[in-house]
Amino acid sequence: MSEPSPQSIRAEALEALLIEKGFLKAEDVDQVILRYGERVGPLNGAQVIARAWVDDQFREDLLNDASAAIAVYQFEGGQVEKLVVVENTATVHNVVVCTLCSCYPWALLGLPPKWYKDPEYRSRVVKEPRKVISEMGFDVAAGKSVKVWDSSAEIRYLVLPQPPENLQSYNENDLTGLVSRDGMIGVAER
Amino acid sequence: MTDQYPLEHELAPPQANGELVFDDPWQMRVFGLARTLCEQECYSWGEFRGELIAAIKCWDRDLDQQPWCYFDHFLEALLRVLNKKHMISQDELTNRLQQYLNRPHGHDH
Repeated sequence: MSEPSPQSIRAEALEALLIEKGFLKAEDVDQVILRYGERVGPLNGAQVIARAWVDDQFREDLLNDASAAIAVYQFEGGQVEKLVVVENTATVHNVVVCTLCSCYPWALLGLPPKWYKDPEYRSRVVKEPRKVISEMGFDVAAGKSVKVWDSSAEIRYLVLPQPPENLQSYNENDLTGLVSRDGMIGVAER
Repeated sequence: MTDQYPLEHELAPPQANGELVFDDPWQMRVFGLARTLCEQECYSWGEFRGELIAAIKCWDRDLDQQPWCYFDHFLEALLRVLNKKHMISQDELTNRLQQYLNRPHGHDH
């Protein structure tokens, strides 16, 4: 068995102090971790995107006031109180970043992946978004402009990818399966 | 109205979501601590975010920069906000850390 890391011991010491001082119980922390591990994730966002593809009124509502439009789902996880959905079109591709830290719409996408929090992505995607997206495996068509959306203290962004060409041949559940977390951040097609 | 978009139907998992969010169990635990305390209204997430940005800026400016580990800054931000709220002082943490570091090897196995 390897020795615990210094940070692991710090975290352990901190939790023990918080419990002893009555600020929380270990079971409360377990419940929060379980919630984010099991019930908060990109499947939630994928459902919203699929609905927007098949329901024009919902799509319009989502683009006008996304927080209000998704309230009906009652997703857990938070960080969507001021959600803005930006739509990919034939001429514009959108991509999301948080240049200052790691702000992210947890209720729709779960917790951010490691690369989203790394300094390299946070700084480079602003300066050369097309190149960064390409390095991540998706080439934005040459005729499209790329718009970068930087999360602020309050606003969280979600990309509405373009639907597949043969949209009518899918049902809503199948469409949900076509949507990836990366597509909703804007580093994949959908 | 609330039943308009029911959640209970079976859905395929979205693609490409298999990356690890946490490299180490302590990172998951620290995330859990920070969220639990926020949900118990010990501080707002905005307050925590401010400390996280400050901790990351310190790393950005550090001439003797350590390798990047997001959760190092996340833990630092949590300690800062707990200190500001007079919930856990630096001395308390240092004393407890010292006790833990003095434990015999394999104490919990």
